[in-house]
Amino acid sequence: MTTNLPCPDCGTDVSPDDQFCEACGGGLGVQAPVDGCAACGATEIDQDGFCARCGFRRPAARDRIDLDLPGVAGVSDRGLRHEHNEDAIAVRRVDGCGEVVVVVSDGVSTSDNPEDASAAAVEAAADTLVAALREGDDPARATRSAVVAAASAVAELVRDKPSDNAPACTIVSAVVSADRVTVGWVGDSRAYWLDRDPDAPSSCLTIDDSWATQMVAAGLADEETAFADSRAHALTAWLGADAGEVRPHTITVRPTGPGVVLVCSDGLWNYLWDADSLAAQTLPLAMTAPLASARALTRFALERGGHDNITVAVVPFPPRPASTGSTQE
Amino acid sequence: MSTSPEFRVDVYQNEYLPVGGREVNAIVTVAATGSGGAQAQGAAPAAEVIIVDCSGSMNYPPTKLREAKRATAAAIDTLRDGVRFAVIAGTERAGMVYPREGGLAVADARTRQRAKSSVAQLVADGGTAIGRWLSLADELFRGQDDAIRHAILLTDGRNEHESPAALEQTLAACHGRFVVDCRGVGTDWVVDELRKVANAMLGTVDIVADPVGLEADFQAMTATAMGKSVGDVRLRLWTPQGATIRFVKQAEPTVLDLTGRRIATSAQVGDYPTGAWGTESRDYHVCVEVNPAKVGDVMLAGRVSLVSVSPDGRDEVLGQGLVKATWTEDTARSTKIHPVVAHYTGQAELAEAIQEGLEARRVGDLDTATAKLGRAVALAARSGNTDTATLLAKVVDVDDPVTGRVRLKTKVSQADAMTLDTRSTKTSRVRKS
Repeated sequence: MTTNLPCPDCGTDVSPDDQFCEACGGGLGVQAPVDGCAACGATEIDQDGFCARCGFRRPAARDRIDLDLPGVAGVSDRGLRHEHNEDAIAVRRVDGCGEVVVVVSDGVSTSDNPEDASAAAVEAAADTLVAALREGDDPARATRSAVVAAASAVAELVRDKPSDNAPACTIVSAVVSADRVTVGWVGDSRAYWLDRDPDAPSSCLTIDDSWATQMVAAGLADEETAFADSRAHALTAWLGADAGEVRPHTITVRPTGPGVVLVCSDGLWNYLWDADSLAAQTLPLAMTAPLASARALTRFALERGGHDNITVAVVPFPPRPASTGSTQE
Repeated sequence: MSTSPEFRVDVYQNEYLPVGGREVNAIVTVAATGSGGAQAQGAAPAAEVIIVDCSGSMNYPPTKLREAKRATAAAIDTLRDGVRFAVIAGTERAGMVYPREGGLAVADARTRQRAKSSVAQLVADGGTAIGRWLSLADELFRGQDDAIRHAILLTDGRNEHESPAALEQTLAACHGRFVVDCRGVGTDWVVDELRKVANAMLGTVDIVADPVGLEADFQAMTATAMGKSVGDVRLRLWTPQGATIRFVKQAEPTVLDLTGRRIATSAQVGDYPTGAWGTESRDYHVCVEVNPAKVGDVMLAGRVSLVSVSPDGRDEVLGQGLVKATWTEDTARSTKIHPVVAHYTGQAELAEAIQEGLEARRVGDLDTATAKLGRAVALAARSGNTDTATLLAKVVDVDDPVTGRVRLKTKVSQADAMTLDTRSTKTSRVRKS
């Protein structure tokens, strides 16, 4: 029962029972696979993948993902109205320095195979970030490389499956280091700084590449008018073969006190966009229980209607120091 | 061993339901095809019982009895060697014609000859009690579990020497034990009564208005019976917990409601006997109500299997199909009715409209009769059911087949009205690709 496998991040042998790598602290895959039916709990699943009791098809692996690593957690949920989860999420810890990397991507549902785009984007970006940070790259520089790598990974999807409506997606990444937070993005997925101190300002760190936000930024409409427009959510920049030259936006902040970095797709912020409201909703729980916090925010969006895929990642700041390798129960 | 056909099950449905939608409709097509080349017909053991009405009315006109004897002889000649068989004379009782001592004879040149001599001596004298005839057939078939069991039942009159309740009881007891193809000769029998017998016994029903037609018909029926290679086939339906089965109907070649014939094997699984199969295809309409789920959820609303039940109680799954439900907000998808489902829904309505129209005509409610038969004309025209359209045109004058504007004919032969009634459940096929 103890066939050891290599950790996908550092190659050290890990036991199949481990949730995290003893050496690098990397998460060893998604949560334990669900046994039996996710809808009614019956254990017998037929050969076609349907529950033998209630008939529900075993949900696609991506319908609901709960990720839980030391000092970072994420949830991605299909929501209530979409047939697939076209969002994707990747979280990593960089061994040694204790930096946390989070990448979220939202597939553009009107493009072909958007779930391929978002999956390719988060994998390419997370791998590039981890490699660059290990090399000692500056987080801002690493972030730009990561977004560019994600853009080429998504653009290349059309090589295998030619398409008139190339797979497309957004991207937002956050590198949470001991002294700073570096965010990079293209599209309308967001990162927020939520300050632990209720009197200190919380803020949205990203500026959407969307029609509404660009109208407001250009002074052509006020926020209310712009977001009420039918074109409000139209993207003005994205990743994909038809995206043209991708110019990653990046921002670095140096928080003076503790707080939380929240990275999310519009499936969450459509229901709750104001940074102070998000802070009030999230803190202080998120400081000590990031997974519980990410789940609570996801539940909030589901209760509001869950009209879109919902993806939420929560990283307490300052990041938790790297595991010393002796904490396994 | 390899003579049993291969079963192919296909499901035609629109699996998309609107938010909150519950009703799932699907047409399940079962096609049994011979396994390769010129198939040795019916290597499977078979047992055949021929029931000939010998009530007094068979003498009026005398051609009825004469043709019934010729037809029975033709059927006997069609039995292949080795088939176990018997002939029953039906009156207010049931009597053995051949073999006279009871039981079943094994077909060969000698037994066939003896059986035909016995049939030739039949006389018509007595009443009609169909339930008793079937009870004797059931007795003869007992112990023949390894064989494909088939009977032909010929009658010319009303079932007047036993109570309807007694007949019902016998049908319930015999259901699924053997298949009976029923024929009414002349026009003095009751369509509804004989249809009930045929439906319960999973067989066909037809009218042979002119006794001269009996011989060819008996021969064809026997040949079809000899071509069956799997007996005791059941349609098994699994449904999810909390689901309700609205109905299960055979939709083709004839409309036959099977809903009430469910034999529950567990809370979620029930069997519907379908009788014996040769190389043929039948379509079934399954309608299940499920608990609605979230948009994007996919549910198995039904698993339809064809199962062969062997005498020792072992089940063999011959084929299966999945009926699914997917909830969507896209109304363009959820409001579409699958054309095959629509076709057979129309065919079921057609059969109902004909039967109700003829009943209304019989009791003198001419407005209802005109409306129902007009609706039937429109349905038959739209679905390309030309056989039924032709039969309808003998009962009504059609002004406009598209809208179903019709006038009742003032003079309609009894044979034409009964033919339309008897064949009202015959459905037309639809292109499925």
